[in-house]
Amino acid sequence: MQALIEIERLNLFYGSFHALKNISMDIPEKAITAFIGPSGCGKSTLLRSLNRMNDMIPGTSTHGSIKIAGADIYGKDIDVEALRKNVGMVFQQPNPFPKSIYDNVAYGPRLHGITSRHKLDEIVESSLRGAALWNEVKDHLKRSALSLSGGQQQRLCIARALAVEPDVLLMDEATSALDPISTLKIEELAQELKAKYTIVMVTHNMHQAARVSNQTVFFLNGEVVEYAETEKLFSNPQDQRTEDYISGRFG
Amino acid sequence: MNRLKNRIFTITVWTVALCVILFVFALLLLILERGFPSLTWDFLFGLPSEIEEGGGIGPALFNSFYMLFLSMVIAVPLGIAAGIYLAEFAPDNAWIAMVRICVEGLASVPSIIFGLFGIALFVEMFQLGLTILGGAASLAFLNLPVITRVTEEAIRAVPREWRHASFALGATHLQTIRRVLLPASMSAIITGLSLASGRAFGESAVIILTAGVTTSGVMWDFNLLSPGETLAVHLWYVQSEAIVPDAQQISQKSAAVLLFIVLAFNVVFRIPAWVRDFRIRKAA
Ligand SMILES: Nc1ncnc2c1ncn2[C@@H]1O[C@H](COP(=O)(O)OP(=O)(O)OP(=O)(O)O)[C@@H](O)[C@H]1O
Ligand SMILES: [Mg+2]
Repeated sequence: MQALIEIERLNLFYGSFHALKNISMDIPEKAITAFIGPSGCGKSTLLRSLNRMNDMIPGTSTHGSIKIAGADIYGKDIDVEALRKNVGMVFQQPNPFPKSIYDNVAYGPRLHGITSRHKLDEIVESSLRGAALWNEVKDHLKRSALSLSGGQQQRLCIARALAVEPDVLLMDEATSALDPISTLKIEELAQELKAKYTIVMVTHNMHQAARVSNQTVFFLNGEVVEYAETEKLFSNPQDQRTEDYISGRFG
Repeated sequence: MNRLKNRIFTITVWTVALCVILFVFALLLLILERGFPSLTWDFLFGLPSEIEEGGGIGPALFNSFYMLFLSMVIAVPLGIAAGIYLAEFAPDNAWIAMVRICVEGLASVPSIIFGLFGIALFVEMFQLGLTILGGAASLAFLNLPVITRVTEEAIRAVPREWRHASFALGATHLQTIRRVLLPASMSAIITGLSLASGRAFGESAVIILTAGVTTSGVMWDFNLLSPGETLAVHLWYVQSEAIVPDAQQISQKSAAVLLFIVLAFNVVFRIPAWVRDFRIRKAA
């Protein structure tokens, strides 16, 4: 498979704290890559490096290079807004805006200059369909997004991310605040979405990683310990620490 | 034992609350009841009289609204802009910390100080005399720190998740402010504006010093350089200085009108929030 994201010798510091240590990896396109590892090992930090959301945390410094589709996203003349439009993100806690369902999904397209009502209607419908939410909300798009259930809100956030037509979708423990049924729905959704999007997901749920991802990366203390096909990593881990972690012996 | 304590505490709280509410209502009723029955259109829109009885409050009432409007036209954009700057753009350093302390201090400075400042600036430096313009600008100074603080606090109170969501969709900082932060903090800002306008409407010290205790004596006088006695000032003037025989009635009626308008402000400013809540509830 073709690599869409190429990370090379990435080092990241929060002040003087060395959070990511010399990370190099290729993330293939149109597949699901899972990041696993104990709390505090740097999964979210790496994920946020991919759409430069770390820029918003004062005191961070990033060294090394990350290329997405060949372009260095930390390069000098990169347009950060365009990067974030291309690399969507779904957060751990569902975070819809206090606006209507429609306005939530239309938020991104409007930012990027789409004003035609007709076009927006189309985008809202296709994004909500893409996030498997359309049938549940199509009759009350004007309702406040905050009136949806947690699982629906998270799918709305996925729809909102899809509405700006990204190539990459980052999901940071996107199901950890949800009930089992909503979790299953979002896992199924991820399976469908990988036909069109490159998905990187952080999860604490080993079963989830094993169920849905194509390849899995195991992190420890800011370093990559093992990166392999998901099936291989779970059935035949090469590193003792990986084995300990996936068999629940620590972390 | 614990339940008994709980009981006693609850009863105490209720009693105190009830007393306060009763007191406030009694006060309102007293003022409104004395003034309202004898209110007439002639009184509301009529010209004041210096010697005979039967004078109205028309020009003062007009000035109250006109100066409130002018002062808000000056203070609202400046205050909101300053609040946005402090919440979103100001660097985190000692200089800005000092600015914040000053704003906070100014927000609680007695209003008469702003009146003295107004005199120094408009009456003495610019030689304008006592004018609507000077009064409105001084009122704006009075409210500027309050509006700045309210705006800053309201924007800071917006959950970070919304901000992150907006940036993650490729929004710029300005787009995020305009489309997420301001709408989400609008009802808090509007509450602050309603308090500020109530304060400006009832203000007397600043107006006496900067706009004077007389009106131009004609109705609908938009001239910025006319003297600008307002209703609150008129109330004080009639009560303490006037020689008209019906001063007592005039002040009672003026008090009722003043109170009614300030109450109405509070209601009117809340209407947008009510409508929004109602819409959300209806749709849910
Ligand atoms: N804003 C920050 N400032 C300073 N240090 C931070 C910041 N964010 C994270 N860190 C540190 O960086 C390390 C990696 O954090 P990160 O959030 O990436 O971990 P994680 O693997 O996502 O953990 P979790 O599974 O608990 O979400 C941690 O030691 C954390 O304390
Ligand atoms: Mg994390």
